[in-house]
Formats: sequence, C-alpha cells, structure tokens
Amino acid sequence: MSPRYRRWKNRLMLGAMGLALLICLAPLASLLFTLVVKGGSTLSLRFITGPWRPVGENGGIAHAIAGSVCLLGIATALAVPVGLAKGLFLARGRSPRLGGMVRVLLDVMSGIPAIIVGVFIYTLVVRRSGFSLGTGFSMLAGGLALAMIMLPIFARTTEEAVRAISTSVDEAGLALGLPRYRVVLRIVLRSAVPAVLTGLFLALARVAGEAAPLLFTAFGSNEWPGSPLEPVGSLPALLFDYARQPFEELVRQAWGAALVLVALILAVRLATHAYSHWRYGSGANP
Amino acid sequence: MEAVISKFESADQRTAPQRTGVTVRAREGRLYHGLLTAAALVAPAILVLFVGVLVYGAWPSIRAFGLSFLTSSVWEPHPEREQYGALPFIVGTLISAVLALCLAAPFGIAVATFLNEVLTSRWRSAARFLIEVLATIPSVVYGLWGIFVLAPWVSNTLQPVLARSLGFLPIFGPPYEPRNMFCAVLILAIMVLPIIVSISLEAIRAVPASYREAALGLGATRWEMIRVAVWPACGSAFAGGCILALGRALGETMAVTMVIGNGRRISPSLFAASDTVASTIANQFAEAPSDLFTAALIEMALLLFLVTLAVNVLARWIIRPSLPGAGGRS
Repeated sequence: MSPRYRRWKNRLMLGAMGLALLICLAPLASLLFTLVVKGGSTLSLRFITGPWRPVGENGGIAHAIAGSVCLLGIATALAVPVGLAKGLFLARGRSPRLGGMVRVLLDVMSGIPAIIVGVFIYTLVVRRSGFSLGTGFSMLAGGLALAMIMLPIFARTTEEAVRAISTSVDEAGLALGLPRYRVVLRIVLRSAVPAVLTGLFLALARVAGEAAPLLFTAFGSNEWPGSPLEPVGSLPALLFDYARQPFEELVRQAWGAALVLVALILAVRLATHAYSHWRYGSGANP
Repeated sequence: MEAVISKFESADQRTAPQRTGVTVRAREGRLYHGLLTAAALVAPAILVLFVGVLVYGAWPSIRAFGLSFLTSSVWEPHPEREQYGALPFIVGTLISAVLALCLAAPFGIAVATFLNEVLTSRWRSAARFLIEVLATIPSVVYGLWGIFVLAPWVSNTLQPVLARSLGFLPIFGPPYEPRNMFCAVLILAIMVLPIIVSISLEAIRAVPASYREAALGLGATRWEMIRVAVWPACGSAFAGGCILALGRALGETMAVTMVIGNGRRISPSLFAASDTVASTIANQFAEAPSDLFTAALIEMALLLFLVTLAVNVLARWIIRPSLPGAGGRS
C-alpha cells in the first residue's frame, strides 16, 4: 500500500463516481434533446389551441389540455379539504399516537402503484356490475383516482408547512384567550398558507403526468370535456394512445403533447422552487 | 341596595350573551376536533376499503383458480375453456424490478456520494436539480422516449454487441425482439435512480463531520474516508432507499408497458418481449372480454398491492430510525 498506489486508487474511485453521475445524466440529456427537437417541430398555436381532428387533418390537443385541467380541478377539490384537515391533525392534533399511525399509513398510501388506484376506482365507482356506483368511464372517476394519489402528498406537505410555524405563535394566541381551534385556523394556518400552496402545486405537478390511474377511470375521448359523468381525454392518456399508433402524424403529435406536458410540469416545479428559495432562503428543500 | 341589585342584574345581562358564546365555542371546538379526527381516519379507511374492494373484485377468479393462479402460465380467454394463470407476469415483474434495482443501486449510491463528498456546493445544487428533473418527468414521457430512442438504440447498438460477445449465455441469447425486457430494465433503472440518490444523499449528509475529520486526520485519502467513515454509517439508509425503489419499480406501469413488448411467456433471454403484472393490467383491463377475465386482472392488482404494501412498510421501517427528523416528532 504505497502512498502512490493509494493516491491513484483515490483518483480512480472518485473519477468512477463522477463518471456514474455523467452516465446517469446521459438519458436525461437524450430525453430532453429529443423532446425539444421532435416536440418543438410539432408545436404551433393551432396545435395547442385546436380541437381533435381525424388523422390527416392536423388536429390539435386542446381537448386533452382542457380535460386534464378539469380532472386536476376535481382532484384538487376533493383532496384539498381532506388533506388540509389531515395535515392539521398531524401537526397540531391532540393525539400523537393516532397521528404517528396515520403518518405511516399516508407514507404507505403514497407507495401504492398508480395503476392499482385505477383498478380500485374502476371496481368501486366505474363498473356497471356488482357492488359499485356504476358511473361508467367518467371525469368524476378520473378526478377521484387522481385525488387519491394527491392526498398523501398534499397531507404530508401541509403537515410540514404547519409544523414549521413556531408553537410560540400558538401560545401567544392561547394566552389571549382564544380557543385552540381558532388559534390553529385563524393564525397558524394563515401563516402557513404560502407553504401549503407550494405543497399543493408540487402535488399537482406530480399527478398531472399520471396516465396509469386514468386508463380505466376517465378513459379518454376526442371531444371537449362535457358532463362530469362522461369519459374525458387528458394529456397523459392521449400521449399513451398516440405513441402506439402506426400513423406518423399521431406520433408527431405525441411528441408535441409530451413537450407541452413536460414544459407545464417543469414550469410549476421551477416556480415553486424559486418561490421557496426566495421566501425561505437556499436552505429550504421542498 | 336596590341600586346594587340593579347593577348586578345589568352585569348579569351583560355576561349572558358571553356565556352562550362560550358554549358555542366549545361546540365549535368539538366540531373542529371531530372533523380533524374524521379526516385523519380517512387514510386507514381507504386502505381497508382498498383491500376489501380488490378482494371483492377478484373473488370470482380466486374461487375459480385458487393457488394455481400463481403457478400456472396458461392464459386462455376463450369463453368455453377460460383459464388464467399469472406466473409469467409475476416472474416478469420480479425480474424487471430486481434487475433494475441491481443496476440503479450502485449508480445511485455513487452519485449521491459524489454529490456530497466531491462536488462544490454550487455544482452540487445544479446536479441535484437535474436529478430532480429526472424524477419529475412523467412515466408516459419516459415510455415515449423508450419507444423511439431507447428501444432502437438497444436493438441496433447494444444487443448485437452483447449477442456477439456474450451470446452463449442464455440471458443474452435469442429470441431478439425490438421491444424487450432489457429496455424495461434500463428505463426502470433510470426512473428509480432519483429515489435512491435522494435517500442516500440525506443519509450521507447526516453523517457527522467529526467522522470525516477523524478519518482524514489519520491520513486517509478521500476515497478511504468514504469507505471507512461515510458509507458504514449509511448502511441501513442505503438498504431502505433501495427497497423503496424496489417498491416503485414493481408498480411502475406506463413506461414499462410501452417498451417491454407484451410477450406472454417466460423466456430466459432479456431480449425477448415480456410482460409484467402492471403492464398486463394497463393493456388488457379496458378491453376485458369477460367478467372472469376482469376478475383475474383484479386479482393480479391485489397481489401487486399486497407486495408493494409489504415492501413499502419494510422500507419505511428500515429508514425511519436511521434518519432523525425524517418523520417529524414521531
């Protein structure tokens, strides 16, 4: 073990780890490059704002974007009240033991594969036979599936946000004679709102790209979103469908849709990232 | 005297509304705590409902096939002799997830170590950001890239080389199909990498600086410091991160479905088209020809659910004690 051997081994191993980093970033570079080149050539105002047209007529993806927005809206409306209450319970609740159990269950829930959430909602809500709500493929079922995926993420970020507010704030409110629930709702929650919203946007960015839970809940459609009880298209589902079609034009559209989807998701991620940096300094890690 | 009494009365009148205010507050407080507890109980309720609904949906298949569902590879949707066995899908799921993990784990740990121990803080945050982007990209987009970039690269570049040099091994032998298990393993490895990196990085950052200083003070090189002082302190977090990544890989659907080729058989070759539990559900669920077929797919979903549940619980259990503060005060 001469010093020279050890020095060379040090360089070799550190170099190998650096190489590992480069190898890991290579697929990302390839993906982003192809996405921008292939997707960029499809992108046009007409593509983004135009409705579906049969193959050969250069349709757009506006119906899918609108469908995604509707689905995310339903998911937000369902997940936010429950997630907010859950987060408050975990951070300021009166029962730490139940809180600990719920926290573990939320972590477990966030590990459930998205496709299984789809099967679950299909069996419970969509299908028309047996013990089920029997709505058929519908926007509502799709929103419900997305809400189930959002819930654990949003509840945990809300918990973190509320926990970050110092308990001396609570004590000040309690000392003024306010009841506990008013302190939490009026003072603590209000100061946590920016962080809660950041968490909400992160959760939205996470589910916006999910196709698996939508395949047999919202299904897909070439129409504009209408009634919540009808099937509806979405960007990820459209992508999955078009990517496997034999038509050159649809594959091009799939790349365009992928670019739009990734750009939207990254924009939300970057905005929340920049916002929390600005607000909490560079030490924050959303 | 009367004046005093009237004073008391008026004081009484003043406090009266306030007293009802107190009861309103108490009621509101009870309502608040009740609602919070109810919301908190939604999580256990959903998980119980999950198991119940999946068992209910899978019941026709469980009753018809019993344990042979796990060991048979017959998949016969013909209405007169319907029979389903999930073995090829189970094997495909296990192979793809385990191989992806074997590929991603060394890379992930190496990257995390490199980020924390070698790079300066500016480069570190740049690289972390890129790894985060890797985690942000949706599964379907990976699938699209897999179909049009990765799969052609594998079958035109990588596969001929491997077939020529290592083709005598059955795993690199024929059949050679354009979309195959190998692509699925690669894409899964890329997708689980960010999980391994971020959990390993947390653990490495939590290693006290004094450990490193002690190793360096004894004259260790930086590599020796990593080997002797940093990695041994992170063992359980590395294991937990890998198991968490395994859970993710087992259930990953869209990208795998798009590149694995959907071949319903067990082949020793990595270049043969295969199928996983998740990809089979994604492909066939909406077009299920019969109720028994649907039940068989729901039974596969139930199996996947139970396995990922177990894997996730195991991972959380391993990670928790080694990461102080990860779960708040619990």
